[in-house]
Amino acid sequence: MSDTVALTIDNVQLQGRPGQTILEAADEAGIYIPRLCHLKGLQPFGSCRVCTVLVNGRPQAACTQPISPGMVIESSTEQVREIRKDLIDMLFVEGNHFCMFCERSGNCELQAMAYRFGISAPRYPFLFPSRAVDASHPDIMIDHNRCIRCARCVRASRDLDGKEVFGFVNRGPHKELAVNAAARLVDTTVDVTDQAMNVCPVGALLKKRTAYVVPIGRRKYDHTPIGSEIEGARSQ
Amino acid sequence: MLLTERADRLFAGMTIAGYAIGAAEGILYLRGEYAYLRAFLEDVLTTRYRDHLLGAAILGKTGFDFDIRIQMGAGAYVCGEETALISSCEGLRGDPKTRPPFPAQKGYLGLPTVVNNVETLCCVPKILEEGPATFGGHGSPGSSGTKLLSISGDCSRPGIYEVEFGIPLTEVLTLAGADDAIAVQVGGPSGQLIGPKDYARKICFDDLATGGSIMTFGPGRDVLKTAACFMDFFVDESCGYCTPCRVGNVLLKDRLERIRAGRGEPGDLDYLQRLGTTVKTASRCGLGQTSANPILTSLANFRPRYEEMVKAHQDGFNPSFDVRAAVSEAEGIAGHSSVIYPQPIEER
Ligand code: SF4
Ligand code: FES
Repeated sequence: MSDTVALTIDNVQLQGRPGQTILEAADEAGIYIPRLCHLKGLQPFGSCRVCTVLVNGRPQAACTQPISPGMVIESSTEQVREIRKDLIDMLFVEGNHFCMFCERSGNCELQAMAYRFGISAPRYPFLFPSRAVDASHPDIMIDHNRCIRCARCVRASRDLDGKEVFGFVNRGPHKELAVNAAARLVDTTVDVTDQAMNVCPVGALLKKRTAYVVPIGRRKYDHTPIGSEIEGARSQ
Repeated sequence: MLLTERADRLFAGMTIAGYAIGAAEGILYLRGEYAYLRAFLEDVLTTRYRDHLLGAAILGKTGFDFDIRIQMGAGAYVCGEETALISSCEGLRGDPKTRPPFPAQKGYLGLPTVVNNVETLCCVPKILEEGPATFGGHGSPGSSGTKLLSISGDCSRPGIYEVEFGIPLTEVLTLAGADDAIAVQVGGPSGQLIGPKDYARKICFDDLATGGSIMTFGPGRDVLKTAACFMDFFVDESCGYCTPCRVGNVLLKDRLERIRAGRGEPGDLDYLQRLGTTVKTASRCGLGQTSANPILTSLANFRPRYEEMVKAHQDGFNPSFDVRAAVSEAEGIAGHSSVIYPQPIEER
């Protein structure tokens, strides 16, 4: 077995390593493929579909699809961009995302993704679901209005913290994040020092008393768009 | 029907499949809706164990061991998707799994697994008994054998029919007594809604593919309602794992309902087309990849019906927003009707 795999992403030729996913190979080559549910260090999950690319013309999720020799991948074509915009729009309208007072504003990956794609308002109508807030825990809260069902917290709690505090209940549009207790966060074994507390891409799973500590102008995405850390690697 | 009339043939097919791939365990996945068949099927299995057609050293052949157990499901459409079916057998949520790995590489409990439907497995003993030439003698090129069709809807002879693959749809409609069908749903909710201009097409893998479901709609039926019912079904049956299927189907359904309520506008057709294409392209499993079909295929085959509903109004304004509906909740709270947008006289 050869130790490199040759493939093309948007006409750029690159060498990946066997066993890598498209997204991992692209990251190493300094090509940013947008993603929301994926986070380095966690098992790929493949739920947001924002990383959708066309592989030899067929849609695939870059975060779960292993590379193979000769793959011709389209990631930043108009068609793929439009699909991603639709998905980002869908994530906005299915929840209640009020950026203007959200604690994660400026550090939120969903918001940053919308900015990266030039979305100022979603093209789809808001669904205004009625969702709860669980602030029962002294140090932690979940605002379900903002959860994008990415399962980062589920995976981090299970695989990094060894706890399985989070999981999903219900199906279809009613699928929801839940905690491993009869009802409330406070009844779980979650702790504010858990790794799961550092992975939420949006303002859904929050540490209390940490809101708005970083002033506007110094937040993560105030000056550079999401993904520039990966793209930066290429230009160096 | 195969489970009630030909259970033995199914279990024989599973056993042969087990022999062919060297598997020692087979699972029959039975949806909750068919729980009433369980006792009967268990009896058939018991008899097969007694006759040494299952268990250790089948028919005295050392090393040929095969067990079959019945796994009950709770009755979710998505559990017909092979990886969701495996999840359900493992006692997990009936969510599809990420592919690759494919079931043949890593399936049930991480072991290589073959997933086939009942009809396919029932063909196996027949092919072995009568030879592949006999089986291949039926059907059309690329689609050998016969196909069971379950025909329902507006027809005088609904029921289950066994037909040769390659049969034109017109003949199927005549068999079932549905010659006046204005539309036919081929392949169940995820299939296609087609009109009379396509009735000459053939039932086979490379033309009108179907798992067996044919639904006929007679004069007086509204294809938009048909599409809406199927979209309801998909909103209900989505597992909710991925964004496009979880959210997109709701949006599709909502817009279709708006059109049906007479509040559509011409741009809605492009909206449905675009949204439907995204759901089809970006969804994670076969359910989402086909869930927009009721809308996409009815839009392609019955476009005039949609156009009729989304005509531009003469004054240039289309009433996509119903102000009366919007203020009604507030009226309820206030206890009197809106002064600015009063109820029309005839509604009072
Ligand atoms: S709470 Fe945050 S990390 Fe957990 S599933 Fe929701 S969006 Fe993802
Ligand atoms: S990042 Fe690949 S599906 Fe979410």
